Amino acid sequence: MNSDILLHSQKRKNRSIKLVFLFGILLLLVFIISLNTGRYSITPIEVWHTLLGAGTKKQNLVLFELRLPRMIISVLIGAGLAVSGAVLQGISRNGLSDPGILGINAGAGLAVLLFVSMYPSTSLAPPFLMPFLALLGAGLTAILIYFLAYKKGQGITATRLLLTGIAVGAGISAATVILVLQLNPRNFEFVVTWQMGSLWGANWKFVLALLPWMIILLPYVYWKSKTMNILSMNEPISGGLGLEIHKERLALLAAAVGLAASSVATGGGIGFVGLLGPHIARRMVGPEHQYMLPLTAAVGALLVLVGDTIGRSIVANTEVPAGVIISLLGGPYFIYLLMRAKA
Amino acid sequence: MSNFQLKADAPIRTSPWMAMLIIIIGTVVIVFGIGASIVTGVANISFGTVWASIFHFDSNNDHHVIIQSLRLPRALAGALVGAAFAVSGAMMQGMTRNPIADTGLLGVNAGASFVLVLVFAFFPSLSFEYIILFSFIGAGLGAGLVYSIAYFSKGGRMTPLRLVLAGAVVGSVLTGLSQALSLLFQINYDLAFWSAGGISTAEWFQVSVMLPWIIVGLLAAMILSRSITILSLGEDVAAGLGQRTKWTKAMGAIVVMILTGASVSTVGGVAFIGLIVPHIVRFLVGVDYRWIIPCSAIMGGVLVILADIGAKTVAMPYETPLGSIIAILGVPFFLYLARKERRELT
Repeated sequence: MNSDILLHSQKRKNRSIKLVFLFGILLLLVFIISLNTGRYSITPIEVWHTLLGAGTKKQNLVLFELRLPRMIISVLIGAGLAVSGAVLQGISRNGLSDPGILGINAGAGLAVLLFVSMYPSTSLAPPFLMPFLALLGAGLTAILIYFLAYKKGQGITATRLLLTGIAVGAGISAATVILVLQLNPRNFEFVVTWQMGSLWGANWKFVLALLPWMIILLPYVYWKSKTMNILSMNEPISGGLGLEIHKERLALLAAAVGLAASSVATGGGIGFVGLLGPHIARRMVGPEHQYMLPLTAAVGALLVLVGDTIGRSIVANTEVPAGVIISLLGGPYFIYLLMRAKA
Repeated sequence: MSNFQLKADAPIRTSPWMAMLIIIIGTVVIVFGIGASIVTGVANISFGTVWASIFHFDSNNDHHVIIQSLRLPRALAGALVGAAFAVSGAMMQGMTRNPIADTGLLGVNAGASFVLVLVFAFFPSLSFEYIILFSFIGAGLGAGLVYSIAYFSKGGRMTPLRLVLAGAVVGSVLTGLSQALSLLFQINYDLAFWSAGGISTAEWFQVSVMLPWIIVGLLAAMILSRSITILSLGEDVAAGLGQRTKWTKAMGAIVVMILTGASVSTVGGVAFIGLIVPHIVRFLVGVDYRWIIPCSAIMGGVLVILADIGAKTVAMPYETPLGSIIAILGVPFFLYLARKERRELT
């Protein structure tokens, strides 16, 4: 880390651009591999032909209606969750923050679940409404955690925030279980797979529902990266630099919650992306947000896409939800971070 | 010495009278609670029928059959697992001087559940007598993972925060694996209820297999209780008083494995019992584990029996999972601890 900090800003910028470029190429490669992977196998040449409009009817269906939207969604929610984690880590000054650990994903999930359980059939649930509902759930959860962790005179400590998040998450899971068990078996199966992060909303409607959130919130966070650099320093320093700490922090928190909520609404409960993305990015280009955020988004997108591709191809007849694969990768990494952390 | 669980400046206090009172009243409440639990349910059954079904069993009477085959084993299983989870929690809190120790929070339940899913997936015909042994191993695996993560951390201090975070992550990874396995092997629906604490499926056979293990575990906990009291004063103190602390801890860990493993194999992973009960008991009877352990067992039993009556009635005719009912009590308690003991957590 130390040598990173000594790098010149210009050097770091170049490095960041190079790495984002590299990850872009990687992403493209995985994208192509992922397009070929699945129960119905299509060779790369056939993919190419189909993309140019010369595919058979079945190839068109599989590629354009099933795989492509699903992969675009993977990329979007990967970026969204990772950036959300970066913001939470920055404003809470705690490297272990992640929308999953803090219970925000669970809150979004509960809201979506409430909605789904009132619908007789899941296909009827309008995709455009889901992110808003998820946002409501996630927002209420975030507010609840914030107030419960707040203590007069001490503000919020990272320790208390994490413990409060875990506790609130446990409470929400308990409520979710009560609700889930009253569903009929068909909805039940759907909800269980959804909770594991199955990227269920895999059609163009969901892409359209998710896209505006990402288009607005990702650039907003990037635009605020200098503010986040200051916020991630000590409170007295950032206050001394004339920043309206509370206002800025609240706005960024809202953006992080929005990113997590819209991702959860479409992808289901995918944990650890918000943890892995920023950490990997930080290790490569250092902690400054203007360089780290684009890379965070790229790493997150790659993670979810790889997770989904593995999940689709690992077992012959069924698929393992992407969230499960990612938690198998992310859990050990969290443990590694935890073992290195001072607290 | 920084994370001293008991306030070092306070004199060591115990109130045996209070403890006796808890044990006597608690036992009475358990007996009546079991009675109340038996009459509660979708089929309406009177106390008189319960009495008759126990002393003049009539296999042609539907109500008698319901009582004997469903309600009685369920109520007894509740009392047993409540005692087991509460004593496990008390022992973990005492041995590691960590106020936020609980089998659910520190990965013990998750480990047992995970190994049970493995067993269900690969040896679906295995008999319960053997399943319970796997559950012990799983409990040990989960606890071992969480504690070794905390132990091998930088600085090597097992802070409560580290343990809770490690427990949360080990729990979520193991749950993810269990879910994936259950999806692949199509053991989904029953498993979800069971992993959230499904006491409604407890049968006589399970109770009879679990009973000896839990009795042995509780007796062993009583035998260890004096050593745990000393250990809870600090490892240095215990070593200074000539205690073989490693031996005590190893024995304690085995007891926790047995108690938790047996409970999880019957009702699934129920969290927070081991967190709430010992704290309340310690508040009432003081810091002597010779009293804390029996009182925790009694109050744990009371808690689960009452919560189970709630689980049957809250959303009748649906069953609410026991784990969710207890979490509703446990989460605020956890939050309270997270706020209160700030200094001692990091």
